Amino acid sequence: MSAINIIVDGRTLAVEENATVAVALLDAREYAFRTSVSGEARGPLCGMGVCYECRVTIDGVPHRRACLVVVAAGMRIETAAARA
Amino acid sequence: MSGSSDAIVVGAGIVGAACAAALARDGWRVTVLERSFASAGTTSVGMGHVVAMDDSPEQLALTAYSARLWRELAPRLDARSELDVCGTLWVAEDDAQLDAVHAKRVVYAAAGIDAELLDAAELARAEPRLRAGLRGALRVPADSVVYPPGATLRLLEFARADGATLREGVEVLELLPNAVRCAGETIRADVVVNAAGTTAPSLTRGLPIVPRKGHLAITDRYPRFCRHQIVELGYLTSAHAMTNESVAFNIQPRATGQLLIGSSRELVGWDARINHDILRRMLERAASFMPALRDLSVIRCWTGFRPATTDKLPLIGRWEPVPGLWIAAGHEGLGITTSLATAALIADQLAGRATQIDATSYSPMRVLSAGTAA
Repeated sequence: MSAINIIVDGRTLAVEENATVAVALLDAREYAFRTSVSGEARGPLCGMGVCYECRVTIDGVPHRRACLVVVAAGMRIETAAARA
Repeated sequence: MSGSSDAIVVGAGIVGAACAAALARDGWRVTVLERSFASAGTTSVGMGHVVAMDDSPEQLALTAYSARLWRELAPRLDARSELDVCGTLWVAEDDAQLDAVHAKRVVYAAAGIDAELLDAAELARAEPRLRAGLRGALRVPADSVVYPPGATLRLLEFARADGATLREGVEVLELLPNAVRCAGETIRADVVVNAAGTTAPSLTRGLPIVPRKGHLAITDRYPRFCRHQIVELGYLTSAHAMTNESVAFNIQPRATGQLLIGSSRELVGWDARINHDILRRMLERAASFMPALRDLSVIRCWTGFRPATTDKLPLIGRWEPVPGLWIAAGHEGLGITTSLATAALIADQLAGRATQIDATSYSPMRVLSAGTAA
């Protein structure tokens, strides 16, 4: 299995190719994917695109479901930390 | 004055809540009877725009007065009310609408409402996500947005602080002279205010109020997508004509970063189902003004019923056929804006004070004198 680099909140991260963004972030101990309206940290729950809890900004597009998107080399991801 | 008299307000939407607050403040012992829960009706399904509107001189007088009352109330609102003085942009698509924008500014100025003309370039700077080629806009900076259920709860807090009681889950079956009949009890009161919105005519026969359906859609959170509440100038035409269906572009930035997108109008009785054809046309209309909307996610769509009157003015005042009965209903899509003025007009008349604007035009008695009772 080979690794590729993605950029998470400005930080370069080596992750396994073919992983979903959700898996890649969890592997890197990133748990706060986004914040709720009331400011709570939120992360993946269902892992299959239904709950919308894992949304992150990917390459500038907000509210993408991390569990449904496979990482790509150079992909830029913003989590809740980027907006904190 | 009214010192120790009893008043019942039927309906805890924003109009009933405002009436309760105003009457309680005047010393009335107020009971609010709500068949469901506070703000459950039209109040919870609309946009929450506090807006000066000039469909008629009477409408302008009422909305301008009420907008002033909202500004006075602003320091006492809480975070839940989500007051945002974002201003309104009335957008002109062509030269005819640009002329209408100029005329609108003159009318607003005469009514004491600040408004400024934006040319095409100024409009593009003010709202860069509007499509290119629009001709200009009228900016009304004092217009604002509130979260209607939150503001309603706040008004009810004011009422309770002045001794009012809110009873939810109590359905009023009949309005009697100086009393209301509910299941299992009849409650006497010196004054009864019918603020039951779309259901007001079922309690007071002859009120010409019909449910006018509207669709709304709300997006996920996209903070700073737009700064103003933006409305196409054609909105008034759409809102005014009592045609079977119409759509008009109207978008509102919410405190959460979400965007509330409207609007549609239909006369289809009480059918609350989503009409996918009209919803699609409504969203297409919005996207034609703001193409970037196509990239956003709508997370919820719903419908609601506005209490529409045949002559486009609310019914505010004494209903002479039933002793003690007052009407505060029929506000269509302007109930959030005009709730405070409605309450003030009723409270002032009950107290024998001079009203701040001429109340005659809004009297429900016009229905009987015109012989237009439904």
